[in-house]
Amino acid sequence: MSAPTTTSALRRVRTLRTDRWWLPPLGTALGLGAFVVYGLVRTFMNQWYWVPEYHYLAPFFSPCLSDACVPGASHLGTPFPDLAPWVPPPVFVLPFVLGFRLTCYYYRKAYYRSFWASPPACAVTEPHRRYTGETRFPLIMQNVHRYFFYAALLVAGVLTYDTVIAFRGPDGGFGFGVGTLLMLINVVLLWGYTLSCHSCRHLIGGRINHFSKHPVRYRMWTLVSRLNGHHMGLAWASLLSVALVDLYVMLIAAGAFPDPRLFN
Amino acid sequence: MEGTVEMGYRARLRVWRGDADSGELRDYEVDAEEGEVVLDLLHRLQATQCPDLAVRWNCKAGKCGSCSAEVNGRPRLTCMTRMSLFGEEETITVTPMRTFPVIKDLVCDVSYNYVKAREVPAFSPPGGLEPGEYRMHQRDVERSQEFRKCIECFLCQDTCHVIRDHSENKESFSGPRFLMRVAELEMHPLDSHEEKGGNRPEEARGDHGLGFCNITKCCTEVCPEHIGITDNALIPLKERLADQRYDPLGRLFRRKNR
Repeated sequence: MSAPTTTSALRRVRTLRTDRWWLPPLGTALGLGAFVVYGLVRTFMNQWYWVPEYHYLAPFFSPCLSDACVPGASHLGTPFPDLAPWVPPPVFVLPFVLGFRLTCYYYRKAYYRSFWASPPACAVTEPHRRYTGETRFPLIMQNVHRYFFYAALLVAGVLTYDTVIAFRGPDGGFGFGVGTLLMLINVVLLWGYTLSCHSCRHLIGGRINHFSKHPVRYRMWTLVSRLNGHHMGLAWASLLSVALVDLYVMLIAAGAFPDPRLFN
Repeated sequence: MEGTVEMGYRARLRVWRGDADSGELRDYEVDAEEGEVVLDLLHRLQATQCPDLAVRWNCKAGKCGSCSAEVNGRPRLTCMTRMSLFGEEETITVTPMRTFPVIKDLVCDVSYNYVKAREVPAFSPPGGLEPGEYRMHQRDVERSQEFRKCIECFLCQDTCHVIRDHSENKESFSGPRFLMRVAELEMHPLDSHEEKGGNRPEEARGDHGLGFCNITKCCTEVCPEHIGITDNALIPLKERLADQRYDPLGRLFRRKNR
């Protein structure tokens, strides 16, 4: 190693870290990039998202609110018209769901590090000449995270409903298959991720200074705080489960293989 | 003694030697014994080869926050960095904290932090209460107590890219340590700063640059006291600011009394 001769020269060395600091941001970029590519392909594929026999609705298309939805897939009506083939039903819902993840405090850390290198890793110099953080537009809009949280609560509720109606067999009676169980796991992880959100933690009790005057909210804040400690893990687990359940429903709907039924 | 196994080895150190104007990384070989930490080797280097090596230290127990430096590029307390973390053949690079001006060798001028500390309005007790008369429930103060574990090693300040990579931001950004101080007082059940016309979340934004923080959590990663700086101080402070500034709908439903 060539030795710098001034303190400013020392500052110009990007980092003296000797570990593989680039590995976590690379892994994050690949993971998030793969999800975005899958989401785009799946959204504009615009088919194979509803299995009428078992009442499976793919999470990317839930709730299905457009006249373009296939019959039976719209549980909440179709307030939006069929605008064009290149405006598939998820276009009306996904912006809210993605907005929740995009403004999430964990994902912000993840993509600021992996996509914007600001910084790429701790004690590794970032490549940008200026830095204003979240003080200006557009990044100041990260502060509206709580509004996306409210929308995410509604979507989690709808996905819960989708899971409940998937506990039916072809004859309309009670029944479930592997797809139902996958949807159940997915909705549990989604609720875990949504309720462990930092905005939820704040709104449910974090904003209170006198916990002793609000014992119920203090208890709820304690529970959400415990969940909040796993926010990163839940963020990744729910991202993966949404994509996998969507892929599974797509394969069943496309007739790639029959859903293994466990009961009816 | 018969049967005794020799545990020592010659460790390779590369240490920054210089002052505010110039300096260089110099290579040394120093004896190391089992169980030692990086600060032990710096002291041995000082005792055997470089009597003029400047190292700031005090307690050697990870509680005084004096011996902060960067070991292999990572901000650490040298007294808490075990040599067993590194291979015996590995060269261990020890440099001063990059965010602050070097005075000599591993000693930095950290006065920036004291300037910023003075800019945070102090705890404001409620009227009519004298010190010693404060009564609070434990559950009301335990959040603030977490932040009182801070030993002021300034590793969080050192690693924060807002000032580490952009020294021009030092004027408008106080760093995680002092935003955490604002959060501590903001959450304090007896602080009456607001009743006296103050507004700590707004001061965190305007006077201390809360918006510069992009919550990449390096401050939390390097904290030797394992304080949840980002999750428990900075994000709650951002959320309290959002209550006041970025949530017009919420303001319609929110009660003032907290």
